[in-house]
Amino acid sequence: MLVRIAGNLARFVLSLLAATLAVFALMRVLPGDPAAIAAGENATPEVVAGLAKQFGTDRPLPVQYWDWFSGLWRGDFGVSYVTRTDISPLVADKVQVSLILVTLAMALALAIAIPAGTIAAVRHNKPSGAVIAAASQLGIAVPGFLLGIVLVSFFALRLGWLPANGWVAPGVDFAGFLARLVLPVIALAGVQSAILVRYVRSAVLEVMHEDYLRTARAKGLSPLGALVRHGLRNAAIPVLTVTSVQFSALIIGAVVIERVFVIPGLGSMLLSAVGNRDLLTVQSVVMVLVAITLVVNLLVDVLYTIVDPRIRAAAQGER
Amino acid sequence: MRNTRPTPAFLVGAAIVALIAATALLSFFFTPFDPLQVNAPARLQGPSLQHWLGTDNLGRDLLSRILVGARITLLVGVVSVGIAVLIGTPVGIWAGMRRGAVEEITMRGADILLAFPALLLAIMFAAIYGASTVSAMAAIGLASVPGFARVARAGTLQVMNAEYVLAARAAAQRPVRIAARHVLPNITGMLLIQCSVTFALAVLAEAALSFLGLGTPPPVPSWGRMLQESQQYWGTFPAMALWPGLAIASAVMGFNLLGDGLRDWLDPKLGRGKA
Repeated sequence: MLVRIAGNLARFVLSLLAATLAVFALMRVLPGDPAAIAAGENATPEVVAGLAKQFGTDRPLPVQYWDWFSGLWRGDFGVSYVTRTDISPLVADKVQVSLILVTLAMALALAIAIPAGTIAAVRHNKPSGAVIAAASQLGIAVPGFLLGIVLVSFFALRLGWLPANGWVAPGVDFAGFLARLVLPVIALAGVQSAILVRYVRSAVLEVMHEDYLRTARAKGLSPLGALVRHGLRNAAIPVLTVTSVQFSALIIGAVVIERVFVIPGLGSMLLSAVGNRDLLTVQSVVMVLVAITLVVNLLVDVLYTIVDPRIRAAAQGER
Repeated sequence: MRNTRPTPAFLVGAAIVALIAATALLSFFFTPFDPLQVNAPARLQGPSLQHWLGTDNLGRDLLSRILVGARITLLVGVVSVGIAVLIGTPVGIWAGMRRGAVEEITMRGADILLAFPALLLAIMFAAIYGASTVSAMAAIGLASVPGFARVARAGTLQVMNAEYVLAARAAAQRPVRIAARHVLPNITGMLLIQCSVTFALAVLAEAALSFLGLGTPPPVPSWGRMLQESQQYWGTFPAMALWPGLAIASAVMGFNLLGDGLRDWLDPKLGRGKA
């Protein structure tokens, strides 16, 4: 098992390395000179050259990459070309906001999708199962930001039950913090749960035909009891895979949701950096978003090893 | 075990997609009003005989703007899916036929690109090149390449073990000829399904991008931008968000249903349960 986890870790480090190269290549090799962009369209060549020297963008690309990369390792993203301030403290601040949002949304999505998908599978030839399947088909088509708009205009602006937007740190006003989280978390979780329901449903349907479930029922367990005690653990593996794939969709979805609800997270930081053409900040935030995705993938890979005794046994066989 | 009749999902999806395509075509010849015509006295009106879906905050006719908005949705979808098919398919087939190092490198490359969702790549492109339809199409297309490469490779691996391919290889046919004559025709169904699913994702990404103000710049109407323009009026005049929202959701659902329907119809074994 440890060998397997070490393998997961090695793959994670390699992917992270490749991702830094990809982000750097996309942001720095393809486009024009960041100094020219920061200087504006009417700048003289001397001004541009001066800025390039100040930013260090006049050096060869491999040197610049190494500089950025070794900074990343120390948690230092460098100084913004536009605002001339350190990027790292800002990222550290915003990442907490985004992580709270995304984690709660994924938890809610799973809390809806696992029971709903299981019921849809158990009752797949009854009306209740068909209703859940149809609702999930509809839910997939509604983008999170659209659901957010509907929630805001109804629950916040029409009924006035919850604040329409904004953010309060939990330490300042915990009740206000929770109240402002409700709508964005539901908006983010909505689509995800609709997607996950389909995978839970088909995973459970698959498991339902297994011999061990028939044995459990022959032992006297009710169909649902057998499924909960023996089936769900086996259905968990494909669902875990989808959860890790969907996490990157959730993170990018949060960027848009932050705009709808005016939440000061990484998404807002990214969008304002795009508006200012602040390329180094864009590069840093993109790197953080991709890194979060990769960390989640790593955690899920490790979870597999723990959840699935077959993988554990195979790993022991390898040793 | 090939079903001979298309499933209801396929028919509903095809009908929605056909309706959107017809809408976009119609908008070139006829719209009830000029979609850009500002008419301040007629602002924020509900549906009427004159303005079927009402007007927006500048008095522009919402129906006309929805009709014209379909063009951007379809254009971005068609071009980005086109980019993804044209790059992803040959790469995937190549990986599946050559195996070895070629396969390893291209598929690991695909894995890395998968860490960049379409919208994230599109935001990066907007930062670098500025917001435009072209950078949106390029980014969404590029982000969709790995999906096609994976599907094409998986299909190729299956086909390469078939006897007719073994026969063709035994007859010393050139790989390009085998790819074109035997592999491609046999994975077309899988690729069509992937096209439909990718199209739905492209519609979503374009809508989100326009909503963020990073898609097609104004004054060209797009559904996502119409949602953004409605932001101030969500409480007082939700109809301004309702129609573009419905348009986006039905387009996504249309292409998703089409993909699901194709999957059940062309290859029941591929189906992940009928939804």
